[in-house]
Amino acid sequence: MSSTVIEQAVEREEPAAPQKNYLNADHTIKSWLLTGDHKRIAVLYLISVTFFFFLGGIAAAFIRAELTSPMGTLLNSETYNKMFSAHGIIMIFFFLIAAIPAVLGNFLIPLMIGARDLAFPRLNLASWYVFMLGGLLFIIALILGGVDAGWTFYTPLSSLYSQTQITLALVGLFLAGFSSIMTGVNFIATIHKMRAPGMTWFRMPLYVWSHYATSIIAILGTPVVAITLLLVALERGLRIGIFSPELGGDPVLFQHMFWFYSHPAVYIMLLPGMGVISEIMSCFSRRPVFGYKFVAFSSMAIAGLGFLVWGHHMYVSSQSVFQGIIFSLISFLVAVPSAIKVFNWSLTMWKGSVVFSTPMIYALGFLGLFTIGGLTGLYLSAIGTDIHLTGTYFIVAHFHYVMVGGTVMAFLGGLHFWWPKMFGRMYSEFWGRISAIVVFVGFNFTFFPQFILGYLGMPRRYHYYYIAPEWQGYNVLSTAGSTVLGIGFLMPVFYLLKSLKSGPIAGPNPWGATGLEWEAAASPPVTLNFDGIPKVVGPVYNYDAIEDSESFRREQMEKVTK
Amino acid sequence: MAAHAHDGHLRSPDMPEVYPQFEDIDQQQETYIVGMWAFLVNEVMFFGPLFFIYGLYAWKHNAVFYVTSHHLDYKIGALNTTILLISSWMVAMAVHYHQKNQLKKVCNMLWGAAVCGTAFLAIKLIFEWAPKFDHGLFPTPGFQSRYLAYYGADTNPDVARLFFSMYFAITGLHALHVLIGVLIFVWLIRLIKKRPDVITDYVPTEMVGLYWHFVDLVWIFLFPLFYLMPK
Amino acid sequence: MNFPIMPPQASEFAPKYDAIFWATSGLTVIFTAMVAILIVILAGKYKRGSKADRCNPSSHNTTLEMLLMGVPTVLGMIIFVWSAVLFIEARTMPKNAQEIFVIGKRWMWHAQHMNGVRENNEITVPLGKPVKLTMISQDVVHAMYLPDFRAQYHVVPGRYTQLHFTATKPGTYKMFCNIHCGTQHSEMVGYVHVLPQAEFDAWMANGGNRYLKTNLTMAEAGKQIWDDKGCGNCHQTLDNERAPSVVGIYGSTRKLTDGTTVEANEDYLRESILRPWNKLTTGYERTMQAYEGVLSEEQVLNLIAYMKSLGQGGTSPDKGIYQQPVKTGRDFPVGRKDPVDIANERASGGASQAHDLRNNP
Repeated sequence: MSSTVIEQAVEREEPAAPQKNYLNADHTIKSWLLTGDHKRIAVLYLISVTFFFFLGGIAAAFIRAELTSPMGTLLNSETYNKMFSAHGIIMIFFFLIAAIPAVLGNFLIPLMIGARDLAFPRLNLASWYVFMLGGLLFIIALILGGVDAGWTFYTPLSSLYSQTQITLALVGLFLAGFSSIMTGVNFIATIHKMRAPGMTWFRMPLYVWSHYATSIIAILGTPVVAITLLLVALERGLRIGIFSPELGGDPVLFQHMFWFYSHPAVYIMLLPGMGVISEIMSCFSRRPVFGYKFVAFSSMAIAGLGFLVWGHHMYVSSQSVFQGIIFSLISFLVAVPSAIKVFNWSLTMWKGSVVFSTPMIYALGFLGLFTIGGLTGLYLSAIGTDIHLTGTYFIVAHFHYVMVGGTVMAFLGGLHFWWPKMFGRMYSEFWGRISAIVVFVGFNFTFFPQFILGYLGMPRRYHYYYIAPEWQGYNVLSTAGSTVLGIGFLMPVFYLLKSLKSGPIAGPNPWGATGLEWEAAASPPVTLNFDGIPKVVGPVYNYDAIEDSESFRREQMEKVTK
Repeated sequence: MAAHAHDGHLRSPDMPEVYPQFEDIDQQQETYIVGMWAFLVNEVMFFGPLFFIYGLYAWKHNAVFYVTSHHLDYKIGALNTTILLISSWMVAMAVHYHQKNQLKKVCNMLWGAAVCGTAFLAIKLIFEWAPKFDHGLFPTPGFQSRYLAYYGADTNPDVARLFFSMYFAITGLHALHVLIGVLIFVWLIRLIKKRPDVITDYVPTEMVGLYWHFVDLVWIFLFPLFYLMPK
Repeated sequence: MNFPIMPPQASEFAPKYDAIFWATSGLTVIFTAMVAILIVILAGKYKRGSKADRCNPSSHNTTLEMLLMGVPTVLGMIIFVWSAVLFIEARTMPKNAQEIFVIGKRWMWHAQHMNGVRENNEITVPLGKPVKLTMISQDVVHAMYLPDFRAQYHVVPGRYTQLHFTATKPGTYKMFCNIHCGTQHSEMVGYVHVLPQAEFDAWMANGGNRYLKTNLTMAEAGKQIWDDKGCGNCHQTLDNERAPSVVGIYGSTRKLTDGTTVEANEDYLRESILRPWNKLTTGYERTMQAYEGVLSEEQVLNLIAYMKSLGQGGTSPDKGIYQQPVKTGRDFPVGRKDPVDIANERASGGASQAHDLRNNP
């Protein structure tokens, strides 16, 4: 179906038995824990982030259960604070930042650009160990009593006042940051220098583009927050006084340093998801992504502008009016590339041949939720409307629409899309579609009421709201929705695990997709990905919608006539 | 440092080793250099915020920072600057000799640089940090030292503490980088001597050189900012 | 269970705010609907196997892309300008505002009116008159959030921040801390009571009928601290070689030892009390003791109020006409004029706000 010509290079041919692949190349535990293979490291990461996702999810369940009544009776205030801090920290630093780059990115980037592995396999493995060490330290911090300063660690609460395990947690986050830097360095070197012959920059799948932009952000931003968090830890230990006014420091400086990373970090979480959506939309519309170059450059524009908007988290935190207005202006500009992406993805379906498979349903869900998430960002980047909404549940709803509705939907979509490539077997399409729809419905029930709660003035991180019992209705609605959402997230665990054992064999290209990972590699791929190094001669996304739709109709006709 | 994978590939003693993920030696070397530069950019952003915070406070509390900076001895700072510059030159020469494949000279130059780095650390520790610890100038919970009065910084011990906090944070992080650099020198010399199959060309030396030049450059910024502070 | 849609509009700012809020909401709905309809139409029409015309497809269209970039940019700029204007209005403090001083501490709000009336976790304000809150935190970062007035600003340790609003509806409204500040963050809540002017004046005249009755105005309390700490030993009516005078210091321009100049606002006065050597007026030595840890934030506010009551503004006030206020007893009934204040008013040629308040009833 595809006209991309893949020539197998003859030199360096290493004949591999067809059933040999990266999963069964070796079976010892040592071969997994000391592997340099990017695909195995991706699987290690997949297991880790799934664990952290459900750990963070348990904390979220406690939060939602507690908020069903204005005088929450399940937890006390201290435990509640530790719950939302744990939820935020785990989900952001140990799930969202790592989810798509470290799992799907690790697995796919070499496959997509026609390389045998990432540039620095041992660095890649080290990044996983550092990540796990960071996660371990954070879990130890949780066991020793947890952290109550929220994921933002505003000083001087985190540096002088909180009596919880913040130092240990900060060291854990510092390490997790290093892991993301290592992955970033690896991706940049790989994408720059290891593309297969013929794989020019503008023949790269948009997924690779988005990871390139992400890696730049990771390299430029992560060290800043790493050193900032380290200074907070030093301030706790030695009282060095950089961020604490009592010791002569400036607490707002901390907010600047923190958001200088943490706003671009939103794009570290989101851009890879956008890459996933580009691939899925294209494959299941049988059309090239509409406006390829615009989508590619919009990723880079988001990465660049993303560094100039951190101040929009601080409109009401005593920065000057002029400063705030400038940040507001740039924040509006950063919305434009996102708008371009959404319209281009939608237009990809134009004159296509649209297939509603599980990944496609996730992708369409992403489009809807991300549109709402992005547009509600307007209220918050507009400096005037932000006054009333900042710090309320409106913010909570907004970033969950972007992070869960965007990144998690994309992660699940991508996982379903490349699952047959990763493990060689198909999952139950029926349950896949059901879970995608359950997640979409549950998500909206959970988070849409929170927009209204925020506008009504419910502050985030509140344990009690006895002062405003009229908020209870929306909170109950939200909690009810979160149960549905939780079920939606649990379903894939069962049918995906089941597919590992008994799913039908997928074959190298079950979706009929283009791209080196589908056309030139087996499912699952062999240890060094390709039998030779593929040569690329055609453009990316070489789909033929007419042929696809026609052949489908012929098949249907044949079925009917039989 | 870049990492290598060793599993299953051809190895010949006289040809540079190509790791299985690479096509040829050129691609491998270019990739290493790109990776190294990406790492260095990351390092810049690592030191950047510290310099930024220091600059901000130095601007805000200019007078107190000025008097407090007298506690640093610019002569020792200048000596250390010279030592680092010499070591940087030695590393540059090491790369130069490695390109000509004069391994003996490479090792000598690397040894020289390692000795310089160690000397830098020793001077820093003995003549700078140790006296400051003795004088109670290390930022601790009950920071208050009678030595502050010497140049008149006792009037504002909080700001003096800020100065020393930034001083110890930046020089500490820099010293950590120097220490890592020295260890890498020793490790590289060992590899050059014992494992000719691993070090087959000058690229590892060049990467170590890039790293060392970066460490040097940080000091070049650090020295005037802390030791030669303008009023 | 009820499901309210919007919070009460209790300030002049609220209707303006809601206008832009609902305009943005309209835009959000339109764009979301556009994307949704586009998806439904395209996905429906070009479903695999459908009979749609798929000939001559194109996968890029620069004109369309420019349009897709241009339209959101223009719409965005409209919202941006509108909201920026609104923000400037919200952040420009009115000149004639009723001043209230707020201290945030874990986990309560403490408010004080100029005439010394104090409240905890409650703020009572007059109807229809601009109110300005000058806020500072005693420990961690808090945020004063008044959803029904659509007003919010952070309360930061180490510096004063301000917030203003004009209440338009009498009643009781909610007040929150909106930056996580530790264990009992969600209990750091309170109420704003909006009273019609007459009731408010009566309430003020009663010395605040809720808590903590006091006879002292803020300035008087400040004077007590001033005397207590012996500030007047050095800071006398006229500048002398030991210390500059604080008479008329508020709002004046100070020339510092490092050659820069700074306006003597609340932040400057606070810093000069707590860390006097940070900003030293030119011509003076480092002799004053640092009062950090000695004075509470409330005492500092009182001291500043006292300094303000000694006349305000002007780079070189003619200090000859001022009298160093000398007072003994503190037994004036609230509402009566203090002789010192009368003297000061005569000197400065007008009453300062603190005294306005007490003159009203």
